[in-house]
Amino acid sequence: MSSTRDEKAARIRHFLATEGDAVAEGTRGFNAGRYESVARLDDYEELKDSARAIKKDAIDRLPELVDQLRESVEANGGTLYVAADAADANRYVREVVEGEDAETVVKSKSMTTEELEVNDELQSAGVDVVETDLGEWVLQLADEAPSHIVAPAIHKSREGIADLFEATFDLDEPLETAVELTMFAREKLGERIADADVGMTGANFIAADSGTLMLVTSEGNARKSVVVPDTHVAVAGVEKIVPSVSDFQPFVELIGRSGTGQDITSYISLFTPPVDSPTVEFDAPDVPMTDGDVDREFHLVLVDNGRMAMREDDQLKETLYCIRCSACANSCGNFQSVGGHAFGGETYSGGIATGWEAGIEGLDVAAEFNDLCTGCSRCVNACPVKIDIPWINTVVRDRINRGEGGKLDFLVEGLIPDEEPGGLDLGKRFFGNFSTVAKLGSATAPVSNWVAKTRPARRLMAETVGVDPRRDLPSFERETFRVWFEKRGGSQVPPAKARREAVVYPDLYTNHVQVERGKAAVQTLEALGVHVVVPDVPSSGRAPLSQGMISTAERHAHDVYSALAEHLDADRDVVVVEPSDLAMFRWEYEKFLAPKSFERLDMQSYEVMEYVYGLLHAGAEPTLLSTPDEGDSGVAYHSHCQQRTLGLESHTVAVLEDLGYDVVTSETECCGMAGSFGYKSEYYELSMDVGEPIREQFEAADAADRTVVASGTSCLEQLDALLSRPTRHTIELVAPR
Amino acid sequence: MSSGTVSAFERSLGRLDVGVARTSADALDDALGSATLDPVVGAPLPFENCSLPDWIPTDPTPADLKRAKTGVTAAELAIADYGSVVIRATPDPTEQVSLFCDRHVAVVRAEDVVPGMSEAFERLAEWTAAGDSAIIATGPSATADMGALVKGAHGPKEVWVVVVE
Repeated sequence: MSSTRDEKAARIRHFLATEGDAVAEGTRGFNAGRYESVARLDDYEELKDSARAIKKDAIDRLPELVDQLRESVEANGGTLYVAADAADANRYVREVVEGEDAETVVKSKSMTTEELEVNDELQSAGVDVVETDLGEWVLQLADEAPSHIVAPAIHKSREGIADLFEATFDLDEPLETAVELTMFAREKLGERIADADVGMTGANFIAADSGTLMLVTSEGNARKSVVVPDTHVAVAGVEKIVPSVSDFQPFVELIGRSGTGQDITSYISLFTPPVDSPTVEFDAPDVPMTDGDVDREFHLVLVDNGRMAMREDDQLKETLYCIRCSACANSCGNFQSVGGHAFGGETYSGGIATGWEAGIEGLDVAAEFNDLCTGCSRCVNACPVKIDIPWINTVVRDRINRGEGGKLDFLVEGLIPDEEPGGLDLGKRFFGNFSTVAKLGSATAPVSNWVAKTRPARRLMAETVGVDPRRDLPSFERETFRVWFEKRGGSQVPPAKARREAVVYPDLYTNHVQVERGKAAVQTLEALGVHVVVPDVPSSGRAPLSQGMISTAERHAHDVYSALAEHLDADRDVVVVEPSDLAMFRWEYEKFLAPKSFERLDMQSYEVMEYVYGLLHAGAEPTLLSTPDEGDSGVAYHSHCQQRTLGLESHTVAVLEDLGYDVVTSETECCGMAGSFGYKSEYYELSMDVGEPIREQFEAADAADRTVVASGTSCLEQLDALLSRPTRHTIELVAPR
Repeated sequence: MSSGTVSAFERSLGRLDVGVARTSADALDDALGSATLDPVVGAPLPFENCSLPDWIPTDPTPADLKRAKTGVTAAELAIADYGSVVIRATPDPTEQVSLFCDRHVAVVRAEDVVPGMSEAFERLAEWTAAGDSAIIATGPSATADMGALVKGAHGPKEVWVVVVE
């Protein structure tokens, strides 16, 4: 292993050991809550569509909305300042605070002030800054950075917090329960809020038409920070503006559900500052609050800090749609295991953090954790504004590969993998070029398999391309799926007698490694009356795309379409065994192909079990397929990440149940393998940790005797590594025997 | 608003563990008697047909606020789907009274209970356009930052709602 890989592995191991358990418990709870809460909405998809439309429109019209907001804020009696960067914002905030002769500033959680490091600026000016969000306050005491967008101290256990309080304060008796700790914090913070001269908040949304800030909290600290002192400084990224207060509505319904699984958080504040509420002068305890002079001051600091440049960047622009709900982090297998101190940058963490950190800090910061996105796509449907987060990660990876330094740049002309810049990691080159590896592997099998398993070869692979020696390598078949199909004389169902005609797509793994599942697919389709062809079609481009080689992936897309065009013209369906390839056809190819080409392939391509489902529901005879043996109908099924994101898990389950199987499905978001990710030595342990919940579920008493089936190549490899019993692709289970 | 909407509101409050009583304007005094713990502070109700009884002081000092166990305020709007009460900030310390005491009692008129968020936003958009501030409050203050869900992180630990029909 190279030293960089060693360091990365050590870092991940550290966070797995120190923070992994607390993060896993928190994020998995939030994520489960999200599923339950959004299921209670009748109009979830419509709400997401309107939320996205509002953000898209707002970002498109941002300069105009800033002008309108300035008028609204000034008409209300406040001041709006647009800060170009962190230094500019900090200077302005410091001047306001100094102008108030403030000794104490109380803050309500704001990621933007974390980004700017406002606290450091104020503290160096001699101002006492107190975080009032309980989690933020714990981190302030511990001198740590947040690890999660919504629950900043998610990585800290109750015991850890109790120890911290014990070490920081002169306690009469130790605090133990969550109630004791919370009430202690409430009292301490209550005193600080009572003393404060200035209250600082962020803003989740800002309405241009009225100057109203929307703040989403559960604790009530934002309310106290705003109403107690007479000066309110709000700091927010410029992207938080939406046209009107009415535009808040879908976000109110989505943000709590998406983040923590709450239908709504305790407090949604709609502050139109300066607020009418009187200040609370605790040092004049006996003067009625209504007697005081209400002379409130309000400053809104809108921060650019790279955002307006992101707006001009076609690929990073959608990052600005992000509403910081944390659904992408909570739904991410890797984040659940390792948390935001590993899967995050200077400020932001989780799936969308790559976009934020690339835009605000630079590619070098994004590069530190970008590889932790495996492209599994589980965050895509979780995102309430429908941002294609894996795509943003892929784009940033591509830019990192090209060594474009810290500045943003548009994608430049494509490079084929072997011509990638010299700095491109050999591992990325190896995995990105896996089609060549597979062709060579089959051509020289079984020698290639034997060589690959020898210790010198394993060591060489570990050192050069970073394949972890603990992983079993794919075993290449000498006779490829296509050769088998040609040798048997093509399809056994003549076109004239066929119900339909279909191409079985010979993806890389089915053709070279998992040849049996290709045969099973052909036999199943033929049993159901389909005339099958297996033409020579290039690999989908999934492998280079995963490594961030976008232009190489795009070349594959054009080649695949060329090879399939005539079949599509002949009204043949395209049946895909490997879900990650189907996801390319249905998703990423939209970015690569002409719209009509994309539409045709999208409409005419099917996941193999989805296709079987369709055939059975169109009247094909299920008894022609394999049904369970007497007394052995139990199946434990793990669907593939992208297959689930495409909504195709249920088709497999329905087919299995129609055939008489009793199916238990995996509950975890991801098996942790995700293609090349789990092979890489620096990620091996993380990959196995992500797989742990599925191992536990499938080894539990009610599943331990069930036949294990899965839909994706990498899922099967990971299940083989996690479980002691054999695994199969679902098509092999149902194929006629 | 239809009584169906009020019933839906009550069901949502039940899920949030928020106590709820229906009363008439005439019987508000008694209903508040049952819903409050002494000492009590309040903020004047901006309603034509009912006001707070005399035993609830409505011009509190910071010391009153700190001492009070219960704060009584109006909620000029409520959202049945979510069990939310909407508190409009006023030059009276409505916001503080609803926030600082361990128990918040919100007085809601039945006609101000709307079915869902979109109806609520029709009214909220009018308020904010006029320069007002408002809080959509749903259940008590809460945090999970200390390792388990705890009520009363900064705001009230419990919420009661009195619906005036």
